[in-house]
Amino acid sequence: MLLKNDKISEIINGKRVIVKKPELLAPAGNLEKLKIAVHYGADAVFLGGQEYSLRANADNFTLEEIAEGVRFANQYGAKVYVTANIYAHNENIPGLEEYLRALEQAGVHGIIVADPLIIETARRVAPKLEVHLSTQQSMANWKAVQFWKEEGLERVVLARETSAEEIREIKEKVDIEIEAFIHGAMCSAYSGRCVLSNHMTARDSNRGGCCQSCRWDYDLYQLKGDKEIPLFDENDAPFAMSAKDLNLIRAIPTMIELGIDSLKIEGRMKSIHYVATVVSVYRKVIDAYCADPDNFTIREEWIKELDKCANRDTAPSFFTGMPGYQDHMYGSHSRKTTHEFAGLVLDYDKETKMVTLQQRNFFKPGDEVEFFGPEIENFTQVVEKIWDEDGNELDAARHPLQIVKFKVEREVFPYNMMRKGI
Amino acid sequence: MKKPELLVTPTSVSHIHDLANAGADAVIIGQQRYGLRLAGEFSRADVKEAVNIVRQYGMKVYVAMNAIFHNDKVDELGDYITFLADTGVDAIVFGDPAVLMTVREVAPHMKLHWNPETTATNWYTCNYWGRKGAKRAVLARELNMEAILEIKEHAEVEIEVQVHGMTCMYQSKRSLIGNYFEYQGKVMEIERKKYEKGMFLYDKERDSKYPIFEDENGTHIMSPNDICIIDELSEMVDAGIDSFKIDGVLHEPGYITEVTKLYRRAIDLCAENREQYEKEKDELLAKIEAIQPKHRPLDTGFFFKETVY
Repeated sequence: MLLKNDKISEIINGKRVIVKKPELLAPAGNLEKLKIAVHYGADAVFLGGQEYSLRANADNFTLEEIAEGVRFANQYGAKVYVTANIYAHNENIPGLEEYLRALEQAGVHGIIVADPLIIETARRVAPKLEVHLSTQQSMANWKAVQFWKEEGLERVVLARETSAEEIREIKEKVDIEIEAFIHGAMCSAYSGRCVLSNHMTARDSNRGGCCQSCRWDYDLYQLKGDKEIPLFDENDAPFAMSAKDLNLIRAIPTMIELGIDSLKIEGRMKSIHYVATVVSVYRKVIDAYCADPDNFTIREEWIKELDKCANRDTAPSFFTGMPGYQDHMYGSHSRKTTHEFAGLVLDYDKETKMVTLQQRNFFKPGDEVEFFGPEIENFTQVVEKIWDEDGNELDAARHPLQIVKFKVEREVFPYNMMRKGI
Repeated sequence: MKKPELLVTPTSVSHIHDLANAGADAVIIGQQRYGLRLAGEFSRADVKEAVNIVRQYGMKVYVAMNAIFHNDKVDELGDYITFLADTGVDAIVFGDPAVLMTVREVAPHMKLHWNPETTATNWYTCNYWGRKGAKRAVLARELNMEAILEIKEHAEVEIEVQVHGMTCMYQSKRSLIGNYFEYQGKVMEIERKKYEKGMFLYDKERDSKYPIFEDENGTHIMSPNDICIIDELSEMVDAGIDSFKIDGVLHEPGYITEVTKLYRRAIDLCAENREQYEKEKDELLAKIEAIQPKHRPLDTGFFFKETVY
């Protein structure tokens, strides 16, 4: 049974189309990443301010930057959500009201929150902010979601441990927006229920101090009397709890048909190349499915495209059932990406076919590079002569952020990216 | 002076007698289907018997329903809560709001203790759950003494603090031990082996051993040390903390009983004869050290630790 405001598809001119298109929600680790995410097709972005947000190590936004981000996003009709999803301690209470008022003032659409302290304070002092329950609360059943609906929340980000069937039942029973992760790194613990960092490094994981102890190796033993028996052989990789990254590209049609309201990409710490690549792929998948769901197939090139920025193997995690050993990484907890970000297009002259590009990684004449971006189909070409801004020929583009020029046969647009294989 | 309740975790119905004689004021029991990381497994029949036993001693019995619930168990919560209310348990311990919602429906007079494990970290949120119906908040073990005292000062609900035993550092829904065995190709042994006792992870860098076990709620990784602050109770007794818990999960019943006796002595002295407590507290600590299993060092948890973020 679908709720009446949740009509997902309609027959228009004899063809079924999706009328409830989910929001594509992307991470914005800083202002540059925000602009890239929005430009590459995100309907909304989430970012962290200087306080109350997890990811204490991220390059978090000042209030001025948040306001600028909101202005930029609004030009594209995109929304900005701010994560304020720490579990606060007493010492975090002073300053909270001013902070929430400032977010409302900056035009932020909503906040993503775990602690009822922040929920109630926002309601009281910044009532225009939507309040979304963070996955840090690990809500995995419809009755708990019902509780938060009755508390007046607009949206719940479900526990990463919920399956498609569980989400279906939650959507059927509770009329509230549901946000679910589709891509990115995973906590292997129930979010909010891991304090490994507190114990191992005296950093509070639930206030952004997580040092990723779950990515380390451990040896599994069994105590029998006073004897410690190793439960591994010399050739075995050590025990690990490290989860592969989430990748639900193949599940997007199911997620859309379930009526999930927002599809979320994780990764405020990831590069602009990562954000651009992942956002543009999911943008294409969602748009293609919604336009013609009954003739939709996943294109192999989309899957390959995601692989170009992946620094871990990926898995569907809990969406399709209980993860097995194949969903974990043993021995090594990351891998090298197959491609690296080589440059950001600043300008293109159609007459001379010269691109002006900001260097982001070493490249030289003779390298094969690939261009991608929302206005173009991916294409590759070999780099020929490279010049600097003053017209001096270079043997290579060596310097980060250096402005260089060279010939690109097909038209490219500002914010398009250039990558190369490694 | 008001004495905090001494709350302990029996491993079986018969163990409750020993704990009562050792001076416990209350016990927490339950089954892994609904509760997290219990010292023992108590069926419905066991709960009934436990209620009868605690009544003989004038003690209280609380039942743990603090699991993270998925849809599959939501429909059976009402039946279990109704059973607990009919049986006359003194309170239900919850973390998931689904339990709170169900209690409102089927047993609105049932006392509730809010225990979300790692996330009860400030006084405002303790009071929030108080306004939603909880009578008590069980604080996160990752708080220091100063934070605990400040919470108590502002709290409109009872405050429970764990003073002894191990704590959970990590809970995953994943079958991490089973998966590791499967990865190693030891498929035939998994079902039997993954629930075996005594497993731990060794962290070379810290030279620490973290107990690890699997059950219906997933995989649990526990702290390398047992908290023991038998000699540091004064400030919390003075502040009027309502309940001190000894968590005996993964410990032998005899050990839990002995520790209970020693804390009984410590609390009584601390509240009634502070001078004697000061004289005797090192000796009480030494007595616990003497019975401590070799692989479980004692420490003071986060009570006196600085945590940054």
